[in-house]
Amino acid sequence: MRPGPERSLLADLPRLLLLGFGALLVLAPYLWMLSASLKPGGEIFRDSLSLWPERFHALENYGKALREVPLLRFLLNGAVVCLAILALQLLFAVPCAYALAKLRWCGREAMFALVLAGLLIPAHVPALPLYAGFAAAGLLDSYAALVAPFAISVFGIFMFRQAFRSLPDELIQAARMDGMGELGIVWRVVLPNAWPTATAFATFSIVAHWNDLFWPLVVVQSPAMATPALGVLFFRAEEAGNDVGALMAASVIVTAPMVAFFLLAQRRFIQGVATAGLKG
Amino acid sequence: MPDALPGGFAAPLLRQPAQAGLGEAAAGWLLAAPAALALFALLLGPSLMLLALSFTDWELGADGLRWIGLGNYAELLEDDSFLAALRNTLLYVAVVMPASIGLGLGVALLVEGGTRLRAAFRAIYFLPVVSLLVAMATAWQFLLHPTIGPVNRLLGLFGITPVNWLGSSDWVLPSLCAIGVWENLGYVVVLFMAGLIAIPAELYAAAEVDGARSGWARFRLVTWPLLGPTTLFVVTITAIRCLRVFDTVAALTKGGPNKASEVLLHVMYKEGFTYFRIGYSAAITAVFLAVVLALMLLQTRILDRRVHYA
Repeated sequence: MRPGPERSLLADLPRLLLLGFGALLVLAPYLWMLSASLKPGGEIFRDSLSLWPERFHALENYGKALREVPLLRFLLNGAVVCLAILALQLLFAVPCAYALAKLRWCGREAMFALVLAGLLIPAHVPALPLYAGFAAAGLLDSYAALVAPFAISVFGIFMFRQAFRSLPDELIQAARMDGMGELGIVWRVVLPNAWPTATAFATFSIVAHWNDLFWPLVVVQSPAMATPALGVLFFRAEEAGNDVGALMAASVIVTAPMVAFFLLAQRRFIQGVATAGLKG
Repeated sequence: MPDALPGGFAAPLLRQPAQAGLGEAAAGWLLAAPAALALFALLLGPSLMLLALSFTDWELGADGLRWIGLGNYAELLEDDSFLAALRNTLLYVAVVMPASIGLGLGVALLVEGGTRLRAAFRAIYFLPVVSLLVAMATAWQFLLHPTIGPVNRLLGLFGITPVNWLGSSDWVLPSLCAIGVWENLGYVVVLFMAGLIAIPAELYAAAEVDGARSGWARFRLVTWPLLGPTTLFVVTITAIRCLRVFDTVAALTKGGPNKASEVLLHVMYKEGFTYFRIGYSAAITAVFLAVVLALMLLQTRILDRRVHYA
């Protein structure tokens, strides 16, 4: 139950075997996706079970994937959208969280109640009216439509408020004595002192919006505006979508950035996504 | 002369809160105002509007809208697609949630039960959570392909006849559930691992002194009760994640064959954003919201009882 002193390898073997078997099942789609992306179509049809290709077809598959649809454009769109969303979320949430955590003002309780109410509402609920609004404003199929609905993150406000509350008041008093304004305190004193929360929130936000399919599917029509998640659907709709090797290559290309990012910063990622579970 | 008083800085200290009070209130308002406005414009306002729209017959592009009361909700009760979606969504939650939680708890206990490869296993099991689900769904589609898919090829080695995993109405929902467990497992594992680490080691020692020698006894007497709050949290979060199932359906089955994999958000998407029946789609969204809120209410109820009677 509890990791006691290091057990012998033999005693640990059942644990390792069970976990290893499970890990293999979890990794199976990644392994076969990678494998198929390296194989020529004929080989996939003949023997899809073996992982190692007899003849490498990687250049053709990946070349075709990149030629058929603007995959790199999708990745760029994804990066632009995620970073813009994150920047706006911080811009709105951090000052508000500071006001909720450290300042006394009438209306504070009411504002916090609204934030808690907001936590209960899944993002799909305001989607229809927002869509109608963007359509009326002629803003569909634009970065603005992809980014704006997520500018406010109630979860971000909540998370930062909890973190800011545990900062010592003396820190803020000292900054005031130094003649710092409240905005300066927010960005130059309070936020840097809550850095773990900020990085956890950032990873959570980026993962959530990189992977989001619903909203891009709603507002985007042209491939030029597609995010990676939507890009996969565009690719499948193309003729090349029937070419398993190229399709798997395209899937590898859009999956790779976030997986690489995750492997580089595992701890932060797990912390961010797990502590942010509240709004998934 | 305040300055002449002993402890001369007491006066400014006394005065300061009053001054700061006004300034502080103004600062509080100013700092919170942008977020408050955005909250109303982007989340609370549209959500209220959605509820109002669910009582109208508005269609995008139509000239006007009429208030039809519960008309949309009455239509829902006779809509085969919606009823199939509601049934399938609840079935999906009822399968994926307990399966992910049971397996996730097992994996978390095993991972935490030793020191070898702990970080590696945690990373592997967590990988699906950060992977682009649409792309991985595409990989699953290849794995589950009726003729060239490795799964059927593997089963073929044991003489099992190929199954049309995503194409037959009997198998499509179980297949999507399997992908759902794969997708949610790592999430549950990480949450349970955090809960396990928080259990003080002394409790296990104490339980052992009291005669809880077997691993199962220690699990029953220490781990499971202390994991209670974590479990409740995991149940709610996983249930809500499962309720939102959309990506795999939109990418792989579009609700088919014959509505066998239709789910709430997919019907809502189709009605609202491809047929532009906004009012009707709003009613489906309202049902979705009601289910989510009911789950959260249930969680707080159980939490309250725990606090009061435990």
